[in-house]
Amino acid sequence: MPAETGSSTACSASPPVPVNEIDRSCRTPVVFLLACSQAWLVIGLLFGVISSIKLHGPGFLSGSEWLAYGRIYPAAQNALAYGFAAQALLGVGLWILARLGRVTLQGAGIPIVGGIFWNLSVALGLLGILAGHNTAYDWLEMPRYASGPLFFSYLLIAICAIMTFKLRRECALYVSQWYLLAALLWFPWIYSTAQLLLIIFPVRGVLQAVVNGWFVQNLFDIWLGSLGLAAIFYFLPKTLDRPLHSRYLALFGFWALLFFGSWGGMYAGAPVPKWLGSLSIVFKVMTLIPLLAVGLNLYRTMAGKWSAVKTDAALGFVALGALCYLLVGVVGILSVLRTVSERTLFTLFTPGMTNLYLFGFVALTVAGAMYYIVPRLLEAEWPSGGTQTFHFWTSVAGIALVTLPLLFGGLTQGAKLNDPQAPFISVVRSIIPFLGLSTLGGTLLLIGNAALLGRISKAMLATCCGSCCPGLLSASQKPRALASGGKV
Amino acid sequence: MNQGPLIFLGALLALAASWCGMVVVPNVQIGRQQQVAAGPSNSRYPAIPSGEAQRGRDVYRAQGCFYCHTTNVRQSGAKFDVVLASAGTNKAALASGLRAARPGLTPAEVSQIMEQAPKPVLQGLTRAEAETALKHLTVPDAKAEIILVPTGPDIERGWGRRMSVAQDYLFDQPLMLSKQRIGPDLTTIAARQRDPSWHLLHLYNPQSKVNGSTMPPYRFLFEKRKIGRHPSPDALQLTGEDAVEPGYEVVPTERARALVAYLLSMDAQFGLFEAPLPVEPKRPDATTNQPSATAPTNAAPTNR
Ligand code: HEC
Repeated sequence: MPAETGSSTACSASPPVPVNEIDRSCRTPVVFLLACSQAWLVIGLLFGVISSIKLHGPGFLSGSEWLAYGRIYPAAQNALAYGFAAQALLGVGLWILARLGRVTLQGAGIPIVGGIFWNLSVALGLLGILAGHNTAYDWLEMPRYASGPLFFSYLLIAICAIMTFKLRRECALYVSQWYLLAALLWFPWIYSTAQLLLIIFPVRGVLQAVVNGWFVQNLFDIWLGSLGLAAIFYFLPKTLDRPLHSRYLALFGFWALLFFGSWGGMYAGAPVPKWLGSLSIVFKVMTLIPLLAVGLNLYRTMAGKWSAVKTDAALGFVALGALCYLLVGVVGILSVLRTVSERTLFTLFTPGMTNLYLFGFVALTVAGAMYYIVPRLLEAEWPSGGTQTFHFWTSVAGIALVTLPLLFGGLTQGAKLNDPQAPFISVVRSIIPFLGLSTLGGTLLLIGNAALLGRISKAMLATCCGSCCPGLLSASQKPRALASGGKV
Repeated sequence: MNQGPLIFLGALLALAASWCGMVVVPNVQIGRQQQVAAGPSNSRYPAIPSGEAQRGRDVYRAQGCFYCHTTNVRQSGAKFDVVLASAGTNKAALASGLRAARPGLTPAEVSQIMEQAPKPVLQGLTRAEAETALKHLTVPDAKAEIILVPTGPDIERGWGRRMSVAQDYLFDQPLMLSKQRIGPDLTTIAARQRDPSWHLLHLYNPQSKVNGSTMPPYRFLFEKRKIGRHPSPDALQLTGEDAVEPGYEVVPTERARALVAYLLSMDAQFGLFEAPLPVEPKRPDATTNQPSATAPTNAAPTNR
């Protein structure tokens, strides 16, 4: 159980801050980050669906240069990674740091300013990509006039997080705090390295691929991975109302992830010194160790309480997100083995894995966290029944359709690419049905998440209006104070 | 207890280690790569791209062509051919050598090989097999050599004659290797498709050139305009459903022309020491001052 319920040695002389006071301090910054991230998720999905349609219907919107496949596709990817995943997980992370530290969010104005600039930078970056200012580096496509401000916005959010951590009233640390601390340190280092060596003082030739590969590896496996695991390790025990199975196993998994997950990023057969590819494979295989540690720990924590998934929406989402994390990890390890990677390299398999990561692991975990946090922060009515069931099942079906067809389509495509007798155009035609299915999946995700965005906006409006001019609300719409009655 | 600093330091150590290993060390190893002498005229490779090709590269980047096209030829291994370069005068000894190297040969085939030299004697061998065969052919005055032939699906598709190596990308700024092959690899597209008007028509409407293509059209790189006093010599020869109404013509913009110039610059695949090309065996009277990079017998074996 996260430390906030146990009473142990306090870090400072001051007593722990009451929960509803903490929540009040988080309200504006955290809800702002979460709501904006949900909006980027919807935008990213919309762009993603457009680009996916273009792959099987090349004539679709082909007259517009700004919407050309090579522009809207990277725009979608960046909206999802920076607009959605990073922002949402940072928002959740701030709240977790405040709750676990039993202290109010420090300097809560700072993350609001940081959040506003973060969103402006992402918007500017996407416009830049659509205008043709793509830098051409994987997951770093945003032009330099957007990546600079993005970096400084991040620092603002991180400063607030570190301050909240430093001034915590609860001294003992919980697993989630380790992951958050590592993640906070990781991003500025990898992002500034990548920006310096690729954009500002660019290295020559294939070294660019090496630096880019290292950045992507760390961005996903360590940074977003740690932020996501912090949320999973917090919410799973919390919603189950029981302690984490083993703190030592978690500690072991944490260090193993940091040391094994941060190396790599090159694939076998890349035109770089051969040892880089081999080393990347070795380290990727070793990430099986942290993966098993995390998997076992979560499994043992859940054991015997599986049915709780059905009744608690937050738990359902987070548990499924954790499952997707483990799946991405295992399939990712299998896919770097030479016999497999020969077949999956350069195919739809790669975007299939990215989809499983972003929509499975990140989006489900964030959704679970939001179902828990937002009603407590807004003290408002929250979707139950209809919207929630709809969101859950469109998510499940959508994720299945944006991953499985691409993974299997990638294997088919790879087998045909490696058969020189198969004419290339037959390879092109053979992937069309798979792409069609993934367009369908993207559309489902888009609809489900647009519905959720609608509900969040409505709840935010209700809270805003409720606090400014209470008379406007009719009795039935009056926000119910969940924080006092509900489980906190 | 306060483990905050401990975690922070540990994470810093992990991060710094991977940064040194995966960023600093590769930079030290290949950061000082320079042009090398390669190719028949011993020119500097890779060549510094021309201004127009460089502008075309920028169009390629801005349009994101690399989200569908790789420029990275893979090679799964190499085979070795044994070639008789010249028969010389010692016919009887060479004939028995040939029969020892390839037992099934009939006398007629033996004399045919000797007459038609340079001629392959054995193809698709491992290196060891090729070396054994070569020993039989080391007859005074005759000349035989081993030739390395890169293999792999990419090469058999005709996407390149050897694998891509670091040297090939020395001046690629930004580098656009790509991770997706929705379309074919373009490393040597100029060698496959030399005709600029094919490229222009293909960009204007890919489906008109390749039936069933899913490449998107890039019509916005062209301009439709009223024919002036004289029709433009650059106007596209559009037929069928693409044809424009009489009195109008479609001409490529500056960007489309630069893009095609870039595509037509993508063919340099010289043999390099680390990635040799299969070379045509030389007649003995040919010049002998070939660069060592193309000499097949001392080539580094490649089996990525
Ligand atoms: C949505 C994916 C996609 C994008 C984006 C794309 N292509 Fe293609 N391209 C294809 C496909 C599929 C083919 C194979 C069918 C064909 O030849 O039309 C192809 C074929 C080609 C060929 C012929 C290759 C050969 O071996 O004959 C060239 C040249 C080419 N593309 C250039 C470009 C350029 C230049 C751009 C950017 C302006 C571009 N492509 C953008 C998908 C794409």
